[in-house]
Amino acid sequence: MMLDIRDLHANAGNKAILKGLTLSIAPGQVHAIMGPNGSGKSTLSHVLAGKPGYEVTGGTVTWQGRDLLSMPAEERAAAGIFLAMQYPVEIPGVTTINFLRAAVNAQARLRGEKEPDAVTFLRRVKEEREKLNMSDEMVKRPVNVGFSGGEKKRNEVLQMAILKPALAILDETDSGLDIDALKVVAGGINALRAPDRSFLMITHYQRLLDYIAPDFVHVLAAGRIVTSGGPELARRLEAEGYDGIVKVA
Amino acid sequence: MADQATIDTVQSQAGERYKYGFVTDIESVKAPKGLNADIVRYISAKKNEPAWMLEWRLQSFERWLAMREPDWAKLNYPRIDYQDAYYYSEPKAKPKLESLDEVDPKLLETYKKLGIPLTEQKLLAGVAVDAVFDSVSVATTFKGKLAEAGVIFCPISEALQKHPDLVRKYLGTVVPNTDNFFATLNSAVFSDGSFVYVPPGVRCPMELSTYFRINEAQTGQFERTLIIADKGSYVSYLEGCTAPMRDENQLHAAVVELVALEDAEIKYSTVQNWYPGDENGKGGIFNFVTKRGDCRGARSRISWTQVETGSAITWKYPSCILRGDHSVGEFYSIAIANNFQQADTGTKMVHLGRNTSSRIISKGISAGRAQNTYRGLVSAHARAENARNYTQCDSLLIGNRCGAHTVPYVEARNPTVQFEHEATTSKISDDQLFYCLSRGIPAEEAVTLIVNGFCREVLQHLPMEFAVEAQKLIGVSLEGSVG
Ligand SMILES: Nc1ncnc2c1ncn2[C@@H]1O[C@H](COP(=O)(O)OP(=O)(O)O)[C@@H](O)[C@H]1O
Ligand SMILES: [Mg+2]
Repeated sequence: MMLDIRDLHANAGNKAILKGLTLSIAPGQVHAIMGPNGSGKSTLSHVLAGKPGYEVTGGTVTWQGRDLLSMPAEERAAAGIFLAMQYPVEIPGVTTINFLRAAVNAQARLRGEKEPDAVTFLRRVKEEREKLNMSDEMVKRPVNVGFSGGEKKRNEVLQMAILKPALAILDETDSGLDIDALKVVAGGINALRAPDRSFLMITHYQRLLDYIAPDFVHVLAAGRIVTSGGPELARRLEAEGYDGIVKVA
Repeated sequence: MADQATIDTVQSQAGERYKYGFVTDIESVKAPKGLNADIVRYISAKKNEPAWMLEWRLQSFERWLAMREPDWAKLNYPRIDYQDAYYYSEPKAKPKLESLDEVDPKLLETYKKLGIPLTEQKLLAGVAVDAVFDSVSVATTFKGKLAEAGVIFCPISEALQKHPDLVRKYLGTVVPNTDNFFATLNSAVFSDGSFVYVPPGVRCPMELSTYFRINEAQTGQFERTLIIADKGSYVSYLEGCTAPMRDENQLHAAVVELVALEDAEIKYSTVQNWYPGDENGKGGIFNFVTKRGDCRGARSRISWTQVETGSAITWKYPSCILRGDHSVGEFYSIAIANNFQQADTGTKMVHLGRNTSSRIISKGISAGRAQNTYRGLVSAHARAENARNYTQCDSLLIGNRCGAHTVPYVEARNPTVQFEHEATTSKISDDQLFYCLSRGIPAEEAVTLIVNGFCREVLQHLPMEFAVEAQKLIGVSLEGSVG
């Protein structure tokens, strides 16, 4: 297994949010997590990425054989974990291109690798942003400042494409996108599917899964996975709503 | 000679962070400790100055004796004992100005450590350098090329020998020797500094640059810089400063005067990195500087850009007197205060002429237990019809033990004047920090990145090679600010 989450319990602000979550992801798999608002989806993504402010009160998370929870956030990133955030953050004055360069170089350093030269880096950014229909002007603007919701999500996918993680956690990357943008973003994600890369897609709607076929679908409710299945589970959710399924489970 | 005790003290300090904190062991000649009229005479004699210069110094000294140290700034520091310092120090192996080969190799070694562009490579970059080591200008490069253009760029001591009339015509006309306590002290005891004259219609063919270095212990540094841009000329001037780490405080009281005649433009950039003291607030430079530009001619333009990262105390208000009609003054500032540093800095834009305009962009960053104050005056006199000012003051706080203060003074004596002022205070948010961490950027680097972004509008005004240096410096000066 690449990622192994066992009986994970976590608090935010003294409130128990994750209450015994178990999930395993093997290389190359695409898992979708669906669940009602407030069920703990973002909390799970934050705990995996190492965001300060959460307290893990039980359980383990193993990442490529290492104890993930003991690693600082930046080391998790360098070890191949990427989080596309539900609410991407604005950084005034720092251009996306400089931000990405800093990230690529910092990860290389943490891994003890050589930093890629500027020409190679810029070529890669150009290739990837073109796949996502992003203009050069856009990557020269300060990170997410004045971006629409859809542009912010696209910027997250661009960063993922450049950083080439082993596990991409996508937290509601589809929300806020119109149908055309959704297709572009889904295309970008599909292009990154690879035997050694896994995805954990958090979504509220079945819509995204029409474009990115998951191997597994899990339903999260009240901090636990209440039921799991294949793509057909997502369709059932769409038809019946969370209430029915969550209750049955 | 830097005495062994000092060297030991310096070496025993945890000297990791401030990479300029070394001492060069060079023999020096010092004036006796203390300050009196004889010391003033000693300095003047050392420099073989004309009689009027000595007269002006002595007059300044008399005046200074009757003045009181200002206390209106938001700064807290122990009383300075002006008698407990040396007012003149020069490297003993007297440097010849003609060729770099004749400069003491130890000095050149120091400059190498400082990364000062005295070398061939920098010739390519087109930078002419005057380096002031303690009190004496050591070498001025690229004189030939400048002479071709008719530009005079030399130590002010040399200008007093070779161009006394020019110096006499302009010295003290922007910052009079009665101006303020520190400027008057400087007028009495200034040791050296740079002199620039750009003739009418000449665009100075390269960036001019001075590096100031305090090496000696217990030595005050009092440079005096005078730049004159004659009608229709242009010059860009850069200034960098460093000092060794010592656990005593050292005084630096410089004066810079700029004169821009009709249609002339002066761009003055500073990267100030004097030793800031250690993380407990011990040591560091007391930096009391008077910088003022006079837009004397119509349509003249003076632009100050400063990156202030060093010094324990910074008291500095580079200003513009907008005398000529349609003249323009600009002030772009980044002031970083970390640990126990205190900065009280800003500008004065004094609108005297018609249709004058000014622009102030100030970025203050406070971290640790530092206090950072922006103090600015924008005034328009009765004649200053249609004067315009735009001021933007942004403060960024890192942690919650530091302080940021904004003190704007505005006086408009003409009803047609339009002054705008905007101010913001923000913090680096946890979400911003985590966003960087989640991309693999460690916390300290993230802070540097975010702060550089915050300062971008100002960094853009620095000449390219200085901008790169300034960005690195911002990182270094914020070390230890996140924990
Ligand atoms: N810092 C916090 N303090 C207290 N409660 C929190 C905090 N962060 C999140 N929560 C609560 O935890 C629950 C799960 O939040 P979240 O993980 O964002 O849900 P989802 O992403 O599934 O909508 C919500 O009820 C939310 O209000
Ligand atoms: Mg969420």
